[in-house]
Amino acid sequence: MSNAQHNDSLLRFMTCGSVDDGKSTLIGRLLFDTKSILADTLTQMDRTSKKRGLETVDLSLLTDGLQAEREQGITIDVAYRYFSTGTRKYIIADAPGHEQYTRNMVTAASTANLAIILIDARKGVLTQTRRHSFLAHLVGIPHIVVAINKMDLVDFDQATFEKIKSDYLNFAEQIGLQRAGRDIQVVPLSALTGDMLVDRGDAMNWYEGPTMLELLESAPAAHSEQNEAFRFPVQFVCRPHASDNHDLHDFRGFMGRVESGEISVGDAVTVLPNGYTSKVKAIQLGDEKLQSAITEQSVTLLLEDEIDTSRGDMIVKSSEAPEAVKQISGMVCWLSETPLSTARTYVIRHTTRESKAKVSDIEYKVDVNSLEKLPSQGLAMNDIAKINFKLAQPLMVDSYSKNRATGAFIVIDESTNNTVGAGMII
Amino acid sequence: MTTANKKTLSHLDWLEAEAIHILREVAGQCSNPVLLFSGGKDSLCILRLAEKAFRPGRFPFPLMHIDTGHNYKEVIEFRDQRANELGERLIVRSVEDSMKRGTVVLKSDDESRNKHQSVTLLEAIEEFGFDCCIGGARRDEEKARAKERIMSFRDEFGQWDPKNQRPELWNLYNARSHKGENIRAFPISNWTEMDVWQYIERENLGLPSIYFAHQRDVVMRAGSIVPVNVPLASGEVINQPKAGEEIINMQVRFRTVGDITCTAPVISDADTITKIVLETATTTITERGATRLDDQTSDASMEQRKKEGYF
Ligand SMILES: Nc1nc2c(ncn2[C@@H]2O[C@H](COP(=O)(O)OP(=O)(O)OP(=O)(O)O)[C@@H](O)[C@H]2O)c(=O)[nH]1
Ligand SMILES: [Mg+2]
Repeated sequence: MSNAQHNDSLLRFMTCGSVDDGKSTLIGRLLFDTKSILADTLTQMDRTSKKRGLETVDLSLLTDGLQAEREQGITIDVAYRYFSTGTRKYIIADAPGHEQYTRNMVTAASTANLAIILIDARKGVLTQTRRHSFLAHLVGIPHIVVAINKMDLVDFDQATFEKIKSDYLNFAEQIGLQRAGRDIQVVPLSALTGDMLVDRGDAMNWYEGPTMLELLESAPAAHSEQNEAFRFPVQFVCRPHASDNHDLHDFRGFMGRVESGEISVGDAVTVLPNGYTSKVKAIQLGDEKLQSAITEQSVTLLLEDEIDTSRGDMIVKSSEAPEAVKQISGMVCWLSETPLSTARTYVIRHTTRESKAKVSDIEYKVDVNSLEKLPSQGLAMNDIAKINFKLAQPLMVDSYSKNRATGAFIVIDESTNNTVGAGMII
Repeated sequence: MTTANKKTLSHLDWLEAEAIHILREVAGQCSNPVLLFSGGKDSLCILRLAEKAFRPGRFPFPLMHIDTGHNYKEVIEFRDQRANELGERLIVRSVEDSMKRGTVVLKSDDESRNKHQSVTLLEAIEEFGFDCCIGGARRDEEKARAKERIMSFRDEFGQWDPKNQRPELWNLYNARSHKGENIRAFPISNWTEMDVWQYIERENLGLPSIYFAHQRDVVMRAGSIVPVNVPLASGEVINQPKAGEEIINMQVRFRTVGDITCTAPVISDADTITKIVLETATTTITERGATRLDDQTSDASMEQRKKEGYF
């Protein structure tokens, strides 16, 4: 905490795994041991713990902030927490373990660059461990740390750890989680006592790998280490129409975020779906004029030519344009209590663009336990399936494995405006 | 793990870029949004972010303040000055008007008007037909806020349903609502108090004077520092000391500047932003813990207020 003003990189990570594996406790402990919980928060947690008849502070209370969560001792929705070390700043998402709340786990996973998957050392790999691992894989989280927790309850036994580790790695290989470019680290720990989290402790001297915090401190901050193509979905067009100001009279700025790749002044660009070409005249961030912009930077682009462009269009480098398609095929997690209906029309939002969409067919549904592909007529909440959609408007897509930003979409039900599905283009 | 070689944004640049993206999504998706602006530090950061998001154009939304009538006059003056400098439209709606209409009824004359802001806000939303309110709430402020989505859906009574939030995936925000319903958008959700101060320092933002150390008459009440005899812009003086309370003149500053009746200052000699950043790095008490007299009533006061339509 005290060095917070010196760090500069940022890592977003999440905790996931089965119910009661200790996800919330792990985060509480991590923050406690890095001295990131302030005195009054601790006093309040202490008071609540005592009221519940506990002798020590229940560290899961730090993230379980809703009344219903505290009453039931479970996590219902994602909680976000923040801490910094001298090295970097962290945004943590604590996801729920209950199957019923899987959609909230997917929310947390979609923005994480590292997942800590917890396993209770007494129980080993469970259905929900598999489900969350499969989802982490599907959502493409680049770094995975498996935390075999509650080692204190198995006498810090190395053989137990090794057994679960090899079970897990077998499973990880089956689902393709262990692939080139993604490493899986396995750490034994106790969230309750803090062993191997921030401090090594002295109960597990047989383990020679890094502690949890060491792994977090050294994980790369970028989502992808590959060189990705430049993608700039237009969010908003700025036309001040200032007739009294000569400089602004013809100003036409395309505002958006560099979703991937880089762009520099002078680069040749194409605006999709129309296909007009031009060159980047200027890049601005407020009053500042930039020579170039990198991934995740929000900027305003000015082009050499006057081109009719609006929200939903995409500016790309002419040499690496994506496809504009009216059919997409993707893995979809269904997030709504109302099942998917193949008869209905939905809205698909992809980057800043929307299109009406209909399901043309459900190729298969994945049984998360057996990893079997099963035929299916419909989809219920938490189901994962490969679906083909027909679109009313073209979308400019890449495959999700190549580009997270232009490979992802959400499905919206217009009758409720709810987000009912999360999709990843294949 | 594999070593990083790709260029990434520094954490402050990343937070700034995320907030700008959220503001532009609101502008792109909502037909009649409004930016809630109190003159406080969080909303001042949002104004700077809005400048970066939309200049040289005008903001695609007006600013609005829900005034309890019990705000520090330094803050109100600063609010008006800032709106003026920016040349953007400022709407002010006041809890006192709701009281006159009879839609806000205080239990007693000295009850804090803070939580009643929800009523006035909902009335203003209806009056103008706003479909989205942009707010400066941060997830690090409070445990219920830590659970809220960046685009948070409210039903036609302004209620938040924490057990049934819309999934929010990647940065594909869903700000859709039907008529009468509302979205609350929080562009600086992921900022901490420290990030806010660092941003103010980096961007050289002006602030109301009461954020800096100054001398003030206070009393100690139930462990908190309570400012007394505070003059309002109207000339009225509120927060009289109670019988038997001893007035102390102390050097203090505010970490947050809400309603006078429920915001406490902290003892401090930090009279520059740099000193405030240092003080924030070493504080042992959270922003709300040190300063909000309204959150200490129960473990779930914020969640309760949010369910009733609060920001
Ligand atoms: N002995 C022991 N108990 C632990 C450990 N970690 C967590 N616990 C206990 O396990 C129980 C569940 O912990 P939580 O942190 O709430 O579990 P969770 O994974 O967040 O649960 P959900 O979010 O509801 O899925 C609590 O009673 C914890 O105190 C550990 O390392 N050792
Ligand atoms: Mg939990």
